[in-house]
Amino acid sequence: METLIEVTGLSKSFGTLQAVDNVSLTVRRGEVLGFLGPNGAGKSTTMKMITGFLAPSAGRISVAGFDIERDPLAAKARIGYLPEGAPAYGEMTAATFLEFIADIRGLPRATRAERIREVVAQIHLENVLDQRIETLSKGFKRRVGLAQAVLHDPEILIMDEPTDGLDPNQKHEVRSLIQAMAPHKAILISTHILEEVDAVCTRAVIIARGRLIFSGTPRELAARSRYHNAVTAIVASAEAGQASAVLSRLGEVETRELAEETRLTLLSSDGANAATTVQARLREAGVAPRELFIEHGHLDEVFRTITLGARGGEVHRT
Amino acid sequence: MKGLGTIFRRELMAYFATPVAYVFIVIFLVLNGIFTFYVGGFYERAQADLEPFFQFHPWLYMFLIPAISMRLWSEERKAGTLELLLTLPVSLAASVLGKFLAAWVFTAVALAGTFPIWLTVNYLGDPDNTVIVAGYLGSLLMAGGFLAIGSCISALTRNQVIAFVISFVICFAFNLSGFPMVIDVFSAWAPQVIVDTISSFSFLTHFNSILKGVIDIRDLIFFTTLIAFWLYANVLAIEVNKSN
Repeated sequence: METLIEVTGLSKSFGTLQAVDNVSLTVRRGEVLGFLGPNGAGKSTTMKMITGFLAPSAGRISVAGFDIERDPLAAKARIGYLPEGAPAYGEMTAATFLEFIADIRGLPRATRAERIREVVAQIHLENVLDQRIETLSKGFKRRVGLAQAVLHDPEILIMDEPTDGLDPNQKHEVRSLIQAMAPHKAILISTHILEEVDAVCTRAVIIARGRLIFSGTPRELAARSRYHNAVTAIVASAEAGQASAVLSRLGEVETRELAEETRLTLLSSDGANAATTVQARLREAGVAPRELFIEHGHLDEVFRTITLGARGGEVHRT
Repeated sequence: MKGLGTIFRRELMAYFATPVAYVFIVIFLVLNGIFTFYVGGFYERAQADLEPFFQFHPWLYMFLIPAISMRLWSEERKAGTLELLLTLPVSLAASVLGKFLAAWVFTAVALAGTFPIWLTVNYLGDPDNTVIVAGYLGSLLMAGGFLAIGSCISALTRNQVIAFVISFVICFAFNLSGFPMVIDVFSAWAPQVIVDTISSFSFLTHFNSILKGVIDIRDLIFFTTLIAFWLYANVLAIEVNKSN
């Protein structure tokens, strides 16, 4: 598929601080790339460079075939961008703000009103159109920002923490919206909510201290977890000792006490086969697990391992 | 320049979307009235001209114009909309110019609000209206000069109060650059050429010569060059200082 964002060897330094260090990535049409990393890792700075707000210290950025530095207006015309915090002119109403964006984006006059109506309906802004943006709740402000970003139906959509500060229902709506647009666009979203990666991204990259340290599918990311394919059995606390003894013979076991229950996780197993074995062995020992399941891997654990590892610090475990 | 008109309209609407515009216009008109009639002695002079009206404009603008210009870019910086604006397909030059023109037109609207004073002087006597037109033109040009300074300073900070104070000081210096308190700072050590150059920057000198009804091309060039210079500096200030 057609590559719409191509970033090569991108670096940015502010004085002595190396905010982004030799980052390369591509996003093709139909892809949703999740851009992950701790706060201050360089996610926003990278996005600001791709959208032409900041000039890179080194490297090349090509957007829909246009070099963002040599041909900024052509590149910017093809990008929809939701900056961090969804900034908008507070004294304007949602309606006049969207008209301003439509005007500056050069939407054809004949279809402009129709297109605004369409986006407003899609993002559910009908009820706040005549309110000043500064009086809107955080969720609605974010939606106005989203509407602004997708108004010109851009080929490339770049969103800096699009669901930050939204309630679970709003998050779900935004994710559905992203999924609906995904097949026709190249989408880059930054987030530090890992469930989001699983929910909407086709690919994920992790950045820490300005460097790209992982690139792959969410599944590959989960596979890096020490819990990937682990088998967890939840047993009554009374039977915990017995169950633990059985599992220990199969491999390394982690134990966590819950109220009246104990959660035993057998690490480094091969999933389905191990589950069958565990089930059989527990039955032989006369233990009836309340639940037994295969873990897919904990994204947050992988995230911590990778990003803290890059910092050279201690790797925390859950 | 693509987008200039859109930026201009949005910015002009922004003035009138809040009470700021109305407060400003009222204060501008009231102060003009006070200065003209009480301080300038409009009636006592018993002359049919608007000199007592125009002569206070440099001093009024000195603190009122920074009040208009202080929000131009500081607010964009503070609200984060600078990032939105600069990632839209509009050149920075178009944004700077659009915002400046909106502020200038707004000032023109406030200035146009002083027309009763022109009616008054025509009712009372028989003034030379070409001199008055020159006065209005000169006043507007001078306002443009102050605005360009204020706009550039506003691009340097996210704090509107700082933008206001620094713009005020610079406007003050431009007003006074022909006066001893500015000249003396330089005359002790700088060559005469520099001292002369600095004193030629005085807004007062250029404005006063326009007030006499003589629109000298040099005065026009002075104000337009000054505006162009500060707007160019404005573009650079944003370019260099974006990430701050």
